[in-house]
Amino acid sequence: MDKSWNNKGWFMVLPVLLLVAFNAIVPLMTVVNYSVQETFGDNVFFFHGVGWFEDVMHSERFHDALGRQLAFTGIILLIQVPLGVAIALAMPRKGVWVSVCLVLMALPLLIPWNVVGAIWNILSLPDIGLLGHWLRDLGFDYNYTRHPFDAWFTLILMDVWHWTSLVVLLAYAGLISIPDAYYQAAKIDGASRLAVFRYIQLPKMKRVLTIAILLRFMDSFMIYTEPAVLTGGGPGNSTTLLSIDLVKIALGQFDLGPAAAMSIIYFLIVLFLSWIFYTLMMRNEAQS
Amino acid sequence: MARIHLDGVAHSYLAAPQGPQDFAVKRLDHVWEDGGAYALLGPSGCGKTTLLNIISGLITPSQGHLLFDGADVTALPTAARNIAQVFQFPVIYDTMTVGENLAFPLRNRHVAGAEVAKRVAEVAQMLDLAPILKKKARGLTADVKQKISLGRGLVRPDVAAILFDEPLTVIDPHLKWMLRSKLKELHRQLKLTMIYVTHDQTEALTFADKVVVMYEGEVVQIGTPEELFERPAHTFVGYFIGSPGMNVAPVQVEGNRARLANLEAGGQQISLGRAYPGIAAGARTELGIRPEYVRIGRNGAGLSARVVKVDDVGRYRIVRVDIAGHIFNAITAEEARIDGDRVNVLLDPANIHIYADSRRVEGEPSRAGAA
Amino acid sequence: MTLELRNVTRQVGGQIHIRDLSLTLEHGTLNVLLGPTLSGKTTLMRLMAGLDQPSSGQVFWDGVDVTGVPVRKRSVAMVYQQFINYPTLSVYENIASPMRVAGQAKDEIDRRVREVAELLKLTPLLQRTPLELSGGQQQRTALARALAKRAGLLLLDEPLANLDYKLREELRQELPRIFSATGGILVYATTEPLEALLLGGSTATLSEGRVTQFGRTIEVYRRPNSLATARIFSDPPINTLAVEKAGGVLSSATGLLRFAATGDLGRLPDGAYVVGFRPDHLYLAKPGPDAVAVSATVAIAEITGSESFIHVDFAGERWVALVHGVHDLAIGQTVPLYLEPGRFLLFNAAGALAAAPGARAAA
Repeated sequence: MDKSWNNKGWFMVLPVLLLVAFNAIVPLMTVVNYSVQETFGDNVFFFHGVGWFEDVMHSERFHDALGRQLAFTGIILLIQVPLGVAIALAMPRKGVWVSVCLVLMALPLLIPWNVVGAIWNILSLPDIGLLGHWLRDLGFDYNYTRHPFDAWFTLILMDVWHWTSLVVLLAYAGLISIPDAYYQAAKIDGASRLAVFRYIQLPKMKRVLTIAILLRFMDSFMIYTEPAVLTGGGPGNSTTLLSIDLVKIALGQFDLGPAAAMSIIYFLIVLFLSWIFYTLMMRNEAQS
Repeated sequence: MARIHLDGVAHSYLAAPQGPQDFAVKRLDHVWEDGGAYALLGPSGCGKTTLLNIISGLITPSQGHLLFDGADVTALPTAARNIAQVFQFPVIYDTMTVGENLAFPLRNRHVAGAEVAKRVAEVAQMLDLAPILKKKARGLTADVKQKISLGRGLVRPDVAAILFDEPLTVIDPHLKWMLRSKLKELHRQLKLTMIYVTHDQTEALTFADKVVVMYEGEVVQIGTPEELFERPAHTFVGYFIGSPGMNVAPVQVEGNRARLANLEAGGQQISLGRAYPGIAAGARTELGIRPEYVRIGRNGAGLSARVVKVDDVGRYRIVRVDIAGHIFNAITAEEARIDGDRVNVLLDPANIHIYADSRRVEGEPSRAGAA
Repeated sequence: MTLELRNVTRQVGGQIHIRDLSLTLEHGTLNVLLGPTLSGKTTLMRLMAGLDQPSSGQVFWDGVDVTGVPVRKRSVAMVYQQFINYPTLSVYENIASPMRVAGQAKDEIDRRVREVAELLKLTPLLQRTPLELSGGQQQRTALARALAKRAGLLLLDEPLANLDYKLREELRQELPRIFSATGGILVYATTEPLEALLLGGSTATLSEGRVTQFGRTIEVYRRPNSLATARIFSDPPINTLAVEKAGGVLSSATGLLRFAATGDLGRLPDGAYVVGFRPDHLYLAKPGPDAVAVSATVAIAEITGSESFIHVDFAGERWVALVHGVHDLAIGQTVPLYLEPGRFLLFNAAGALAAAPGARAAA
């Protein structure tokens, strides 16, 4: 459709453009700038080329953080997507309880992220936290500040609690768009519950699930606030995910060069993996 | 094969219905004979889809019982009822091929592989789906998809009745024709009980041996297409069937003569084929006559009328006339010439029906004859 | 106000939707676009409105080239098959919306809204929202909104297709009356020949992106200029038979059917032709002295009210006869049927009309 050209609209967008330029583009350029320069203090910089990039790519520390990050994202995707779909299937489609369920599901998403981290931090404290105390009562030697496994357990539990609702709401939206006639026909065909899920519900939810998976993937890869507040990256560096590591280098050691280089590599990794994900999903959909 | 008996069935969507207006389907006693082709005809909201869903088991009626061959199935779930249903828009399983779609109901019932293949091949042959059995069901046209839906019903050897809920709604008009003929052919071949819900009279009358006309939750007439056409039992049936529908005008009836409502006594009178001595005083009396039986004459006999409009529909003409303020439609032959503004209208006495409070009055043979 | 399309073609991707189409519509006329689904009716309407640009060719409004002009700047109103109304606005606001956008005076808007609502019998419903209305009422609202604009071009794309057939009948009857009160050019797309005949006016038959014929509706019906047009303008489909003319006789391929080529038919050059005749011109009882008898096998008989559709097989062709009365014939039964050559439409090998009744009557 040929729309008419009206350029007056650009003036309305100008303030936002300036804001974005100031808050995003300029800092991004600064980072790129830092990533190719070295300083020995006193604000004297000289060009370092791709040296920092090489350093980061060869650094074991970076590989470790990347490995941890991939493990984390993989685990939560494996848990959240099936769990989210299962909950969405269990939610009522008609009646009074629909609104109640939707509100309950939306609640975890409304809480500020650092508050989420704080909640779980306190909740899991081994001596006075409800969860921590209860686990110890059951006989587990649970202490997330000392045992890496417990830290991971708590971290994953927190993320599942926080973000599964998003998958639930998206899957639910896909589910309710299926017309009743499909369920009726399935009843008449004598289809079992599993067959109904496999042949009617899942295919119709495909598109929505693609979005859900993509969102969760990107968000979990960039996660910072909740694990930072929960464990601070500890114990040791067992839960030091990529962004936490980045901040440690940049702000903790004030090594701007490597930190900037790492930021950019990090950004490119996320972009690349998202692109692969997206292409695979789109090709899958085009085929069917 | 099933003889379906609706015993005192009524249904309300409200938990505590207050009166007849709260019932989507008012109390109904009816038997659908084994192997019959029935149509449920009525406008939107008349309750026909509700009734269909009661028969298929998707709705449990608030009152009454449903019997299949004498056995009470009111509490039985849909899957146990030997019913197949074809919906308004094609319902197919996107991820499967045509063949797998057809096989689905049999696989769910754990039928042996060889038997499944045999049945699928048979049904595909009946519905001209054999060449595309291996194709994915997803990209096909609406009429093919509807055939697949139908096929899923036919493939079950125990299926007793097939219910159709306005199945031709999304089909191309020039394909509707073929699908309708195919359904009729299948009915004759397989002798299954078929119940077809529609709001289109042509579909109903061409498909069914008996048509059940519904209006506001009530069954107003059950009869063959001919009966519904020639002897409508309710003014709604007269209006709904036939295009244009029956002409209805308020009249006063005396013996075997009628007078249009706003004509003074002694003015133009209409001779009736029968006499109606016993009409209750205070009842709203109306005269009904189909446009096919309203003749436009040129010589003096008949009622004087003014021509309002003439529509040429190719194979016939529809002439709208005004008789003393009442509008009547008449159907005349292709070549008829309508000259000028005023014509004389003859209402064929043998095909005039008298209605009291919208229901047809039988009357008695006129002793004096139509004078 | 005249709308002219000159050699308009529309190609999307690899597919040609409209092919080299030229059409002129006059002011104050009711024009029907008749054709099966996917014949290009909607595409053509979108080109007329300016929603799409033609790949080649021009569109003229009152002699002015408006081909590049977007629809917002043209005087167009459109009504769709799905009832499209603003769901949160009342019926009054819905009808008033185009005038509010145009910035007209408040009392002018009020007057016009009430006028149009009266025309479409919506006056008691003005304060309701579309969701509270029935299908027919919603479509009337959409129609009212289109009329209120006083657009020069009013396009209706199968507007009654989603309604009950009785409701469709009622609205269809009202359309000419409503339309005559507003002027402008009305274009109505439909797939049903009966609708075209009931609406009257002029009809353009469309097939595969081309207009096969454009003229007064009843003329196009009685004298289709090609077999394609005859097929489009027939429901049930027109019956055909291939014949060979040799001298004064027309005979079918198998020789089973022979009739004399009299009058106009006699003047045609020898060769292969296709005879077309409508279902109501295939009779069970001999209609006249010139009738020719054939023997055909019944495939299926369908009863509709006071008439019957009898599908028969003859010489490998499937024919449909529309006969009066209720005839429940058995499948496989052989019946005698009668054809009246006086009613035949004859098409030559290229598909163009060679002879038609009416012309012969004059001869």
